[in-house]
Amino acid sequence: MNPGIQVAPTVDAANPWAMHAVRILAIRREVPQAFTYELAFEDHAVGERFRFRPGQFDMLYLPGIGESAISISSDPDDPQRLLHTIRAVGNVTRALARKRVGDQLLLRGPFGSAWPVESCEGQDLVIAAGGLGLAPVRPVIHHVINRRDRYGKVWLLYGARSPRDLLYTYEYDDWRRADIDVQVTVDLGYDGWDGHIGVVPTLFDRLHLNPARTRIITCGPEIMMRFVIAACLTQKIGPQHIYLSMERNMNCALGFCGHCQLGPAFVCKDGPVFTYEQMEPYLDVEDF
Amino acid sequence: MSVSTIPVGSTVSLQKLRLQGLIDALTNAGYQVIGPQIADGAVVYDELDSLEQLPLGVIDEQDGGRYRLERSNDAGYFDHVVGPHSLKRYLFPPQETLQQLHLKDGHWNVEPTPIHDKPVAVIGARSCDLHAVAIQDRVFLEGPYVDPGYRVRRERLFVVSVQCRRAAATCFCHSMKTGPRASRGFDLSLTELDDSFVIEVGSDQGGQILASVEGWKASSAAIVDQAKEQSVQLERTMKQRADADPAAGTSRPRQLDTHDVHDLLLNNLDHPRWEQVAERCLACANCTMVCPTCFCSSVTEVADLTGEHVRRERTWASCFTAEHSLLNSGVVRNSTKSRYRQWLTHKLATWIDQYDTSGCVGCGRCITWCPVGIDLTEEVAAIRETAS
Repeated sequence: MNPGIQVAPTVDAANPWAMHAVRILAIRREVPQAFTYELAFEDHAVGERFRFRPGQFDMLYLPGIGESAISISSDPDDPQRLLHTIRAVGNVTRALARKRVGDQLLLRGPFGSAWPVESCEGQDLVIAAGGLGLAPVRPVIHHVINRRDRYGKVWLLYGARSPRDLLYTYEYDDWRRADIDVQVTVDLGYDGWDGHIGVVPTLFDRLHLNPARTRIITCGPEIMMRFVIAACLTQKIGPQHIYLSMERNMNCALGFCGHCQLGPAFVCKDGPVFTYEQMEPYLDVEDF
Repeated sequence: MSVSTIPVGSTVSLQKLRLQGLIDALTNAGYQVIGPQIADGAVVYDELDSLEQLPLGVIDEQDGGRYRLERSNDAGYFDHVVGPHSLKRYLFPPQETLQQLHLKDGHWNVEPTPIHDKPVAVIGARSCDLHAVAIQDRVFLEGPYVDPGYRVRRERLFVVSVQCRRAAATCFCHSMKTGPRASRGFDLSLTELDDSFVIEVGSDQGGQILASVEGWKASSAAIVDQAKEQSVQLERTMKQRADADPAAGTSRPRQLDTHDVHDLLLNNLDHPRWEQVAERCLACANCTMVCPTCFCSSVTEVADLTGEHVRRERTWASCFTAEHSLLNSGVVRNSTKSRYRQWLTHKLATWIDQYDTSGCVGCGRCITWCPVGIDLTEEVAAIRETAS
């Protein structure tokens, strides 16, 4: 489905199971149950080689517990400062949440397809994220800010369940200063919240988009992305200009284990980033 | 005749009992020799020392959910077709250790598992299974990443294929264009005649091994033609019998209309037939375990009591389990309907998108070993009949 897969310099195509040792440099508590880990390669030569594209993920491994696919949430122009935001919900991520600064993990990566930041140059960009879905698009925000003049209008539409579930709130002002129109909404407000209440797709109605020059990047729960897509289609944005990040059971990241298949795609190697045009036949098929 | 090798493409004859010489030659060359033999009422692959272990004069009657061994009128060593085992287990084993890790001074050392087992030579592989290996090569060798364990086993594998001289009612390689005649992918290829084997050399290694077997002689043109005609005749029979009315009390031998099957299935993801097959399907995963191309797997962590020594074990997995599509938010394919649909659409449709080949070689194992006899050729035909 995606013959042009680039193998990252830190992945050995002939032995893609090989891992690199990393140490936890810092841990930041973001929202309830979600933490950002800053990781550093123990072998500096590997760290020097490490590059990732926005939207890619790493396999983080705890021996005896297992591997988990975690998107990279830091600045791709500064690959040595490597951040992963992790929600402790599964077997591996709960064990990760018990790790401390200085502990060792093992890492394979990066893997997967990237957000189309190059082909979006010269266009307006709407980044629509929900919940933890902001983590895989934060590299896009960094990328855009680092070369802001190459993009037209840029919006970030971001929603979470409640104000305390909003990720990276400490960075919104920086992003706004870099001329990104950050609009935030929550499903459930409470005392002291004077922002927007409602789901992310409702924010679309307030935007005046030029459909011919608008590109959409969306990441969040599948149900949210479906409504974002519907809002985009209403605004006459082409299915080939809507990019989404799909979630499936990624075990190996290599297209070997078969668990993450979604129609013709292996989400781990052909994705996780797809166009809506690619996913359209399957998104509404029940239990597919 | 004493030569060091027999050129690729040559055909020689060997008296039947001389086949022991081939087993011995492979053993002496350092191979673990595997061949078909009877165990628990089925022809399976296992270690082969002697010609006497082969299932002489035995045929396997197969049908949906049915497999029975019977005495044959011919006294052939290879009159059975395919049993539950295929070459898959010798390249992509049901269980293997991917890596071992040891914790030392707060640092994990990762060791890939060296492949200590001997190289394997399999006698008896059929054309469908050679095609299945070529399909798995695309998965494990020909994509952006290479599976190192598969690669080592694949490079060392020695294949002695056998040309089928009968087909079970479940066989439909003629539909999938994967047989019955094996034309490539073997080191040596045997055609069993009444009193001799005709052996075609398919590789340099094959030529070297065969040259060391006592008693081979160049085949006459007539014998070579006779051997080829056997495959031609079988293919003709397979096509004719699938169109003829079946004999009383027997089911119709299989065929699969592959025309446009990719679009047929993907345009009918909501076809009512998926519900109907799900009422019969037990989601037992047998079809995926016997399939020679199914490649799904899971990795399990095995730690000792200290937690300082860990093995990563890869085992075969199946899309018929809930675990297969498990996310933190729940199971994606939460019904037997969705799992059967995943299996069949992958095998016959999306496999083509992924690997530019069907995932089915027409071996019929999934039909035979399905406890309720679900037949994919019948399911496809039913969808085709009332397709949207």
